Amino acid sequence: MKTISFARKTLAGALAIGSAILLAGCDLPPQESEQSGYRGTGMDQIRSPERVDVLQALNVVPEPQPEAPKDGPPVSQIYQNVKVLGHLSEGEFLRIMTAITEWVMPEQGCGGCHSDNLADDSMYTKVVARRMLQMTQDINAKWTNHVAPAGVTCYTCHRGLQVPQYVWFNDPGPTTPAYMGNRNGQNYPAAAVAYSTLPSDPFSTLLNNPNQIRVQNAVALPTDLKAPGKPIQDTETTYALMMHMSKGLGVNCTFCHNSRAFSSWEQSPPQRSTAWYGLRMVSDLNHSYLDPLKPVYPENRLGPTGDAPKANCATCHQGVNKPLYGVSMLKDYLTELSAKK
Amino acid sequence: MSMLSFEKKYRVRGGTLFGGDLFDFWVGPFYVGVFGVTTIFFTLLGTAMIFYGASLGPTFNPWQINIAPPDLSYGLALAPLKEGGIWQVVTVCAIGAFGSWALREVEICRKLGIGFHVPIAFSVAIFAYVTLVVIRPVLLGAWGHGFPYGIFSHLDWVSNVGYQYLHFHYNPAHMIAVTFFFTTTLALAMHGALVLSSTNPPKGEKVKTPEHEDTYFRDLIGYSVGTLGIHRLGLFLALSAGFWSAVCIVISGPFWTQSWPEWWTWWLDLPIWR
Repeated sequence: MKTISFARKTLAGALAIGSAILLAGCDLPPQESEQSGYRGTGMDQIRSPERVDVLQALNVVPEPQPEAPKDGPPVSQIYQNVKVLGHLSEGEFLRIMTAITEWVMPEQGCGGCHSDNLADDSMYTKVVARRMLQMTQDINAKWTNHVAPAGVTCYTCHRGLQVPQYVWFNDPGPTTPAYMGNRNGQNYPAAAVAYSTLPSDPFSTLLNNPNQIRVQNAVALPTDLKAPGKPIQDTETTYALMMHMSKGLGVNCTFCHNSRAFSSWEQSPPQRSTAWYGLRMVSDLNHSYLDPLKPVYPENRLGPTGDAPKANCATCHQGVNKPLYGVSMLKDYLTELSAKK
Repeated sequence: MSMLSFEKKYRVRGGTLFGGDLFDFWVGPFYVGVFGVTTIFFTLLGTAMIFYGASLGPTFNPWQINIAPPDLSYGLALAPLKEGGIWQVVTVCAIGAFGSWALREVEICRKLGIGFHVPIAFSVAIFAYVTLVVIRPVLLGAWGHGFPYGIFSHLDWVSNVGYQYLHFHYNPAHMIAVTFFFTTTLALAMHGALVLSSTNPPKGEKVKTPEHEDTYFRDLIGYSVGTLGIHRLGLFLALSAGFWSAVCIVISGPFWTQSWPEWWTWWLDLPIWR
């Protein structure tokens, strides 16, 4: 009898410890769920309330700066070298400068971009900031298909940091000895692709040209020798980008796709078209604004291969499908950050 | 149907779990029993509901009939028949039919005085089904998390639910379940091949005994699990496959809401090398 009860105790103890290990770090029920397809298709978002609480705390918008007088001469007649915001009144101009300091340089303050002569362009941060203002105005004017109605401000990406938390550089992956074969930039854990074994840098190819994302064959078997379909490496790169999008937006694949036919627009939720514009937008921003800033940056701001920091989905979204849960900060800075009329 | 000469001695009265002598008889080769009657009742009602659901849908193509569960907004409440209520009735009928069948197996075991291995094995399959359509939906708070009844539609559900966790092959319990499924087929194939090899000697030679079978595997891998043991192993492998399948889906959602690849960051975070 004694041995049996000892064995039982050991077994019970092992089970308790085992299940404690298994459940540690897990999300315990109940969860929140949201249906995104027809009933029974399994197209649902399932979220842990605890994780949602953490995300919501990280995505609170700061209070808008107090209203400033709109009257008075344009600021370009008061200050020198105001190239982008010259149409504002002095009050509006100082208001947006204060906001930008809070959003991007809360610790360094004005000195983060300005030398003693405020009109001077000697600090690279000021040159970058001016270009970023133009980019913000451009996004709010040109990319309404992706960002309307909330729009974007500096805070959408920066969140109080000089360099946004999520930027990407060209990443060739760790070098492997020749006898190990070609790893194709994959098979090592990378947060950007949700720790899958997929290529860790799908951005330098697919955000360069989003039209290359399409890899799904239109026929079941590659019977047409003239159109043999894409190689598996391309498929893996596309899936890697999709892992990034899911992770960056805090959603799963079924937010935009019915996985029975990924490519079919007819079967996809409408969010997929928003994402389609987003991919074109981020590609355009990297080409037109972010990559060309490379000569402006000091070396410590460049990536391992010497390229400028660039944007992907996570740069704005930061784990939420609508950045900052869709709260518009732009509505308080329309004159400053929407397109010049 | 004629009865074989020795069958009569196995047709003994009693051993029922419920209802005493009620329905304690055979129809042709089939034992009826109370649970045979309830099996037929639930089967007919469930199948009729599926036909009713199909008649409301766009097609009678057997591949494409789809009996979908309710919207998530119904939570754990009853839904109107045409908005998932049919699925709920079919689910009750399916559990009733499967459960009745298992209890009928128990009664037959009791009549014969044999172990309950068959009903226990079948119960694991029922458990896997109940996990999918009852346990996991209840843990997630909505019947809508059950899978739809349809040949294609349930496959689409499996695909989408897998993609809810970005890459389901990283689910550790799914890995264990898949390994058990493969090992089950390996064990069955080797067992079948071994029995056929010793019972099909070259022309003119006598059929070989289990001694030969044991010796074959001792020569090959140093160990033979034995004639009874291979069946214990087979049962263990097959039940484990079903059991870990149930585990792998019940942890997806109720106990893990992120992508499965990320679950493995505990390995990267081990204090030895982090």
